[in-house]
Amino acid sequence: MLKNRIIPCLDVKNGRVVKGINFVDLKDAGDPVEQAKIYSDGGADEICFLDITASNENRSTIYEVVKKTSEKCFVPLTVGGGVRSIEDINKLLNCGADKVSINTAAVQNPKIVLESSLKFGSQCIVVAIDAKKEANSWKIFTHGGRNKTDIDAIKFAKQMEEYGAGELLVTSMDRDGTQKGYDIDLMQKISETVNIPVIASGGVGNLDHLAEGITKGKANAVLAASIFHYGKYSIKQAKEYLDSKGIPVRI
Amino acid sequence: MNVTIVDYNSGNISSVINSFKEVAKDKVNIEVTSDLNKIKSSDKVVLPGQGSFKSCVDALNNISGLVDALNDFAINNKKPLLGICVGLQMFADIGYEETETKGLGWISGKVSKIDNQNGKYKLPHIGWNQINIVKESKIFKNIENNSHMYFVHSYEFIPNDKNVISATIDYSTNIVCSAEKENLFGTQFHPEKSDKIGLKIIDNFINL
Repeated sequence: MLKNRIIPCLDVKNGRVVKGINFVDLKDAGDPVEQAKIYSDGGADEICFLDITASNENRSTIYEVVKKTSEKCFVPLTVGGGVRSIEDINKLLNCGADKVSINTAAVQNPKIVLESSLKFGSQCIVVAIDAKKEANSWKIFTHGGRNKTDIDAIKFAKQMEEYGAGELLVTSMDRDGTQKGYDIDLMQKISETVNIPVIASGGVGNLDHLAEGITKGKANAVLAASIFHYGKYSIKQAKEYLDSKGIPVRI
Repeated sequence: MNVTIVDYNSGNISSVINSFKEVAKDKVNIEVTSDLNKIKSSDKVVLPGQGSFKSCVDALNNISGLVDALNDFAINNKKPLLGICVGLQMFADIGYEETETKGLGWISGKVSKIDNQNGKYKLPHIGWNQINIVKESKIFKNIENNSHMYFVHSYEFIPNDKNVISATIDYSTNIVCSAEKENLFGTQFHPEKSDKIGLKIIDNFINL
């Protein structure tokens, strides 16, 4: 049986780990390579790096981080943030990333998803969707949540599937950093609309939220940052909790 | 001993390289090359594969003499070869991803899309699934039945002779996730991404 994945996400800036509350007020908290190794030794099903200032400065630092991590961690590594071109994807994969997540570039130029999935295979192309609720729909945001678009998130999710995305990483901008739990309606709508795996993200504050993402949000994987990063819960505790709720996980 | 990872522009092989180097330490020499002579003189060969069946077969054919060198190594000289993911799938006679494409024809059978039962099963099949070991295999030495392995694929290898199947998984149907025929070994899952248990499989292959 296929297990539900738990994915700790590390926000990385200039080669160091940070975690933002609503993407601002960053706190520096450690070396990403060591942190990733702790997670993989602790049973993380995947590791995710989000390079949060990648679009502006010190872009090359992430390559070194990815390279070192992939030499030490033997679970899948997804890297996103500031991925603009086929060349960026190629470089990250060559440094040892297993999947690359594309956010702003996929919105501005959806063909990059088409081209990259053909070139590298759908298995390594993740489209990261940042969405915010507006009346009865969700709109796509870009640039780490700074810029609003009029694109409907559900329609965009379907389009990305058609363009060859292997997975969708869906973040609720309303919930990110709030610890109030995932936007379950958003996760469920997207999970039921597409036939590719969905990773729920944004808002986890306790272990029940992880369970809800899977049982109610119908996500195939759950991503969280701060609850793991600040040691509130370990990956092991999270898995044991889900297991106790009858949710299949790798233990 | 020399273990060669075939570098034929089939996508991202850094994880395969890293995992083999981690297991080999300084005891075994890991080469990453498409050099025909190095492949021929190697003790063991690893054939990775990412992307589509067609793109991998095309990439093999794009390197002049590579298919002949692999045939020589695996079929004529019967030296151990491990195919990973599409690397395993290419053992088949034919694949149906993108368009009908001829495979290496080492283990007769075909590669078809997994039946998603009208959307009931999401594709790609991504994540950790438990393998059901159905026959003794040298690469599964000290690997417990129902161990978790990491998968990412939408197509499955369907061999004609079911005796070559060494492990299966349950996803929509019983999918072949490992095959073994004499000196040929293949895994649909990614041992290089399957944590310590995956590294153990790599260790088993290196120590054959």
